[in-house]
Amino acid sequence: MRNVDIKMLKQVQHDGPLDRITIMDFSYTETQDMIRETLSRFLADTYDFDSRNKMIASASGRDAGIWKALAQDLGMLGASFSEEHGGLGGGHLENALIMEELGKVIAIEPYLQTVVLGGGALKAVGGAIADAVIPEIIGGNVIIAFAYAEPQGRYNLANIRTTAKKDGAGYVLNGHKGVVYAAPWATHLLVTARTGGSGSEPNGVSLFLIDANTAGIVRRDYPTVDGFQASEVYFENVAIPGDALLGDEGAGLPLIERIVDEATVAVCAEACGVTAKLHSGTLEYARQRNQFGQPISRFQVLQHRMVDMFMEVEQSKSMTTMATLKLDLPAAERMAAVSACKAKVSRAAKFVGQSAIQTHGGIGITQELAIGHFFKRATMIESQFGSADHHYARFERLTLAD
Amino acid sequence: MQLEFSPEELAFQQEVRTFIAENYPENLRSVQDEGHDLSKEDFLSWHRILAKKGWIAPAWPVEYGGTGWTATQRFIWSEELAAADCVGTMPFGLSMVGPVIYTFGTPEQKAQFLPGILSGDDWWCQGYSEPGAGSDLASLRTKAVRDGDHYVVNGQKTWTTMAQHADWGFFLVRTDSDAKAQEGISFLLINMKTPGVTVRPIITLGGEHEVNEVWLEDVRVPVANRIYEENKGWTCAKFLLAHERTGIAAVARSKRGVEKIKSIARTEQDGDRPLIANPFFKRKIAELEIDLTALEFTELRSLAGEAAGKGPGPESSLLKIKGSEIQQRITELALEAVGHYGAPYFRGFGEGDNEHPIGPDYAHRAAPTYFNTRKTTIYGGSNEIQRNIIAKMVLGI
Repeated sequence: MRNVDIKMLKQVQHDGPLDRITIMDFSYTETQDMIRETLSRFLADTYDFDSRNKMIASASGRDAGIWKALAQDLGMLGASFSEEHGGLGGGHLENALIMEELGKVIAIEPYLQTVVLGGGALKAVGGAIADAVIPEIIGGNVIIAFAYAEPQGRYNLANIRTTAKKDGAGYVLNGHKGVVYAAPWATHLLVTARTGGSGSEPNGVSLFLIDANTAGIVRRDYPTVDGFQASEVYFENVAIPGDALLGDEGAGLPLIERIVDEATVAVCAEACGVTAKLHSGTLEYARQRNQFGQPISRFQVLQHRMVDMFMEVEQSKSMTTMATLKLDLPAAERMAAVSACKAKVSRAAKFVGQSAIQTHGGIGITQELAIGHFFKRATMIESQFGSADHHYARFERLTLAD
Repeated sequence: MQLEFSPEELAFQQEVRTFIAENYPENLRSVQDEGHDLSKEDFLSWHRILAKKGWIAPAWPVEYGGTGWTATQRFIWSEELAAADCVGTMPFGLSMVGPVIYTFGTPEQKAQFLPGILSGDDWWCQGYSEPGAGSDLASLRTKAVRDGDHYVVNGQKTWTTMAQHADWGFFLVRTDSDAKAQEGISFLLINMKTPGVTVRPIITLGGEHEVNEVWLEDVRVPVANRIYEENKGWTCAKFLLAHERTGIAAVARSKRGVEKIKSIARTEQDGDRPLIANPFFKRKIAELEIDLTALEFTELRSLAGEAAGKGPGPESSLLKIKGSEIQQRITELALEAVGHYGAPYFRGFGEGDNEHPIGPDYAHRAAPTYFNTRKTTIYGGSNEIQRNIIAKMVLGI
């Protein structure tokens, strides 16, 4: 089920009810094929299991040289940006295929946060700030962390207590953001805050892009179970300029929902890479592990489990393709498609991950084998930007009214 | 990548939609709506309309009577048929033996058999399974012994769908008892009116007469009715199974099934709210719908692979497994949705008192359909066999 042939990349033009739209082209462009091949070769050389372990164990928890190389040697960070900003003119599909390749080596690069979320917000608002920051992202000089989650908010993007109070031409930030992936490495923070309203009200939510070193930002840094670095971020009377605001004051929720949907599909693409490796690693292990005088891959009960894993991986790819192609549809249809995708992929990640460990037996639950580390990332993906339950519920709200 | 039809494809969609609306038989529609069993003539009435239009065999090569449509056009066609709730055409001639004949048959065999398949004049059935040969099909024992220009066939076939209407059957028979299981099998076309052929009904759980036993006692079959070489019938059988699996995902029909469940769940009351507002039932619909989307896009990816020159491969087993599971879940939810009124059994029950109806119309076939649909994970190679196929052919274990 490989996609072949060369076609032009076309944006989806939507002009009818959702169920009337159907795929008619699943092929990648030459440029997209090249991006995938180049990245895949680079990661094969730089991101083997031992190298990854060394990065994680180092003082900064990463190898900054990889990010520089992705930007400057490979031009990879520009793949999803327009040519006017110095990119390759791509979009969601490029983000998806890059995330899938990163997933195959469980890379700990801040691509999701910097390019998909930060870049996505900047592309959406455009203007001077986009012209200033996007070229710096492409050049590898900017790393963005997305400070949106709060301890009480769970997966509700509007449940925000962090406040941004107007102060002259600028704002003053106060509040606490939890588990901000990549914050210890970030040059910038993409922050959601209330400029008005309260609780989970849709109105009054704003989005800011601020310098990560602004006075009053306090970080408590820690490693995450899946190999990244993250922080609790506290804003203590942080004065930020007025032009840090992205979009309109108090009307930022639709923009936030959109970039989070884009990021959700991007982690689904990453999950396709992660689960494909969980599956192929399990197959390989089952072929060489002998018990009862034969490779355990000969046992039908394990064969069928590995077939079920295969089917989950393939369906994850199908759903990710579906949702990627629907990211530019009107909000309600986009959200339904993204939730359908994430609900399915979350369950697939759990099933494939757990099955991989079970098939490996005891060695699967040690740190020694890569398989367990893929399982850990798959497990974190399950709930990133909303668990399966969260997305089933959102899908139901959008499509199954009384 | 893109998700849109071209203007030409949209025009085609409009054309086929209009054709269906203007030509689908009214009386067939009412038979379906009232939930009656379809007769042979019911099936054939729609078949003949499509045959006359030249649209009866879209998947066949043009030289044998196909339409020359692209994969996308065929996809649109099947979506439109399902959206209009048209009865399916019988697969035994069009999807099974037809492709075997035009792929492996002699010019004489093609000339003799293909026109009757297209026109509907010949109704076909499939003589594969035997009482002792189900999933292990190659262990079949029905025997054909050469006698001059004929084979003399003896044995018993079973699960022969719609054999009660059949004019012809395609049979797998053993022509070499000494060879290894798969190597001594031949593919024979047998006229069902030949002396020695006996068809006996098997009644299934919903009360339907769909399947039969077929007994063959000293049945004389001309050697000219053997497709391909003697003892090479397994090649035809494997080819046919791969063809049978494409389209088995039944996405378009299942989409319609999901819509029917939603409509039932909006009508049925669950206390002071409609059933669809019950969070547990709602979740099951959401799961079903999302799994169906995953199946749909998996089939579309597979079709795109085919359009790029890859034939239907062993991944089609994935479509069979997931497609059949979803068909079953639809019937399960429909039965669950109708509550008490799943119980009344209407088969053979007299027409009559319309003033005191027994439950809503949509409930009448919910249980029989649920019972009957247990077949989908068993037929066409059980889902366990499909997993074996993926393990061997895709995963290489």
